[in-house]
Amino acid sequence: MLGAPMCEETVTILANERDTDAYFRLVVRAPQIAPRVQPGQFAHVRIPPLREALLRRPFSIFQVAGDTFSILYKTVGKGTEALARMRPGETLSALGPLGHGFTVPAPGGETPWLVAGGYGMAALYLLAERSPQRGLVFVGGRRRVDILCEREFAALGWEVRVSTEDGSHGERGLVTQPLRAALQRGGVRCKLFACGPTPMLRAVARLAEEFAVPAELSLDQPMCCGVGVCLTCVVPIRTPDGWEYQRTCTEGPVFDARAVLWEVPDEKSEKRTPEFKV
Amino acid sequence: MNLSIQLGRLTLPNPVTVASGTFGYGVEYARLLDLNRLGAVVVKGIRLHPVRGNPTPRTVEVASGLINAIGLQGPGVDGFIEQYWPFLKTLRVPVIINIWGTTVEEYAEVARRFDALEGVGALELNVSCPNIKEGGAQFGTDCTLLGEVVAACRRATRLPLITKLSPNVVHIAPYAQAAEAAGSDALSIMNSFPALALDIETRRPKLANVTGGLTGPCIKPIALKLVWDAFRAVKIPIIGMGGIQNAADAIEFFLAGASAVAVGTANFYEPQTAFQVLDGLQAYLERHGLSDVRQLVGAAQA
Repeated sequence: MLGAPMCEETVTILANERDTDAYFRLVVRAPQIAPRVQPGQFAHVRIPPLREALLRRPFSIFQVAGDTFSILYKTVGKGTEALARMRPGETLSALGPLGHGFTVPAPGGETPWLVAGGYGMAALYLLAERSPQRGLVFVGGRRRVDILCEREFAALGWEVRVSTEDGSHGERGLVTQPLRAALQRGGVRCKLFACGPTPMLRAVARLAEEFAVPAELSLDQPMCCGVGVCLTCVVPIRTPDGWEYQRTCTEGPVFDARAVLWEVPDEKSEKRTPEFKV
Repeated sequence: MNLSIQLGRLTLPNPVTVASGTFGYGVEYARLLDLNRLGAVVVKGIRLHPVRGNPTPRTVEVASGLINAIGLQGPGVDGFIEQYWPFLKTLRVPVIINIWGTTVEEYAEVARRFDALEGVGALELNVSCPNIKEGGAQFGTDCTLLGEVVAACRRATRLPLITKLSPNVVHIAPYAQAAEAAGSDALSIMNSFPALALDIETRRPKLANVTGGLTGPCIKPIALKLVWDAFRAVKIPIIGMGGIQNAADAIEFFLAGASAVAVGTANFYEPQTAFQVLDGLQAYLERHGLSDVRQLVGAAQA
């Protein structure tokens, strides 16, 4: 009933450096949070220079080493821009580790195939590191600079297949094209683990269905509290009785691809909740 | 030093509570916080049936605030009792259950169901949710309907009743008086303000529900004024809320006339806020040579 262990901790910035283009890598000392992190979990970070913006910002945890963890982020708004200006030695409040992450592959089970769009790679790193078996990593982005941490995955012994929309690195096209080709070749009992933009995840879910392979998806939704109380980050999820809104921060961010409904079903066609009558 | 306060027959061990809808059902914070240090745990609104809630996006951050249109997603009375009550009943501090309905009869039925549940501290009547088409706000912005809802619940239960008023009225005094006259033991002031945020590129509302309720520090001065006005209109105690982030904010509410306070939106970004408020309140009382928090209630002079 009490859910996953989480804590709130004042973490100290050890490094906060530009990776490529608008991407940054933040490393913090977090002795409470770091040892507890499971693959696919996130930290919810309060950025002190934000005065009028109150809410914490969620970030997938990238790497864990001893009492430190790191995140990869892109400057996309006032939160991440303020974070990019922070310097080593400064502190942040972090809640974590939060959320239900990926299922670590079992030895001798399906071969893991990771599918990432842009900084979605970050959420998959710990899974790649802790998986007892290596597999393929499909990573895509618009341009060369959107392909992150290719080397880190290769260093773990994974085969990385890159695609970019402009063809500046790897194959030209979307990440789902080489994935489809690999699924068509067949011969491997695989399971997909994906993180990236929603249209990419939806395409991965379709491929998983078409080729009847299991898939776990890490969904990205705007979040407010991060711990399951505010009900901001809900997504429609199939249940035995129909569907319900589940929380990306608590039941997710990782969901079974088959359970995710990409559109809210038309309520008019459903049985209405009976109104109360005395 | 005395920090306890009375809401009708209910004694709160200290006057710092949490606002319904910002604290889930308590259990979500149980790993992070010692819930037994709160004055009370106030759970998210429950109606008779399960409620799916509104489509997304459900919240949007604005300058020093948050607009939400969650739509009172919840498990209904039976789901609440099955999923959450086994944990909540183990708490040593009072549990206040926020209830709502779409008809006077439904409010009364929900009140009756919780009257039969051993260990409930009080019921808070949500007559002021701005995000539900039927039910909620219509009862909070019509004095006659408000009186009917409170009276029906009064007949349905012996539990202390706290009526949570809408800020969206010209004068709050008649609403406060209507709730008091109908048998409410206390008032919660206030719920969120109807509000809107637009995306200037798409020219569409940022919330799927179009409008929502504004909360957070940006509403604090308005909430404070409503507490001030209501305190001068009724004798029953007031739980003050609206943008409280620290002890100084809370102390303003006590001085304006609140007997207790609730931390709301701040829970979303700083779960320790209620405890920081409680510690700061005690320090303030000591610094001012006061022995009882009740000495602060309504102590501001015009």
